[in-house]
Amino acid sequence: MKVTAQPSADTLTLLLDGELDASSAIVLDTELAKPDILNYRKVLVDCAKLSYISSAGLGVFISHLQRFQDANVKLVFFNMQEKVFNVFEILGLDALMTIVPSAAEAEAA
Amino acid sequence: MKSTLRIACSRAHLQQVRDFVRNYLNSRSLPEITVNQVVLAVDEVVANFIIHANNEDETQFLDLELAFEKQELNVEIADHGDTIFLPGAHQSPDLRAYIREGRKGGMGMALVNRLMDRVEFFTRGNHTVCHLSKHLA
Repeated sequence: MKVTAQPSADTLTLLLDGELDASSAIVLDTELAKPDILNYRKVLVDCAKLSYISSAGLGVFISHLQRFQDANVKLVFFNMQEKVFNVFEILGLDALMTIVPSAAEAEAA
Repeated sequence: MKSTLRIACSRAHLQQVRDFVRNYLNSRSLPEITVNQVVLAVDEVVANFIIHANNEDETQFLDLELAFEKQELNVEIADHGDTIFLPGAHQSPDLRAYIREGRKGGMGMALVNRLMDRVEFFTRGNHTVCHLSKHLA
């Protein structure tokens, strides 16, 4: 699992590459836990190369969501593969998180 | 045709478990989402055994067996550790509360129960066994 951070003005884009499971979730958790992340207005998560997510990966996003909301940082997922979106859907997380199809829609969200 | 795998209780082996399940199912020309759902269910149970039942003790091990009977996939995950691990009755997680509380865990078994047709944990001697099954057309 590789997480690449691309800062741009008031937006931080995180590119996820690989499989997010109970072994690799710590990599993402470390990135999301950085205090500086709350200085951005938006954190966009590019899921194009995210090929798998388990409950441990979902748990990392859930555990930071309130902190982001309290700091008025919007978390937006985009480019999500159908099989990964299906996992969010099964738990009903698609209704609680902002997931859009494209980068353009993520920037506009 | 049966397929088996033995792994030590380290979360570093979860990738190997997923590849094992994918390789077994890929010969069946199943939809990608279906394959991913089975892979996820097995991954969640194995991660629970490794982390919660065995405390990531790499001297302990798990045995996995995959088998098709007609259109039904049967998965057996046998924990050789001595801690009996029987998850309680399935409850739907309150995700809004999880978000408020910043919780990381507590969704794995809910996922497994939604993904598979049947989920059973039982004891065999001093060990715990999980049996999962799903009808795959």
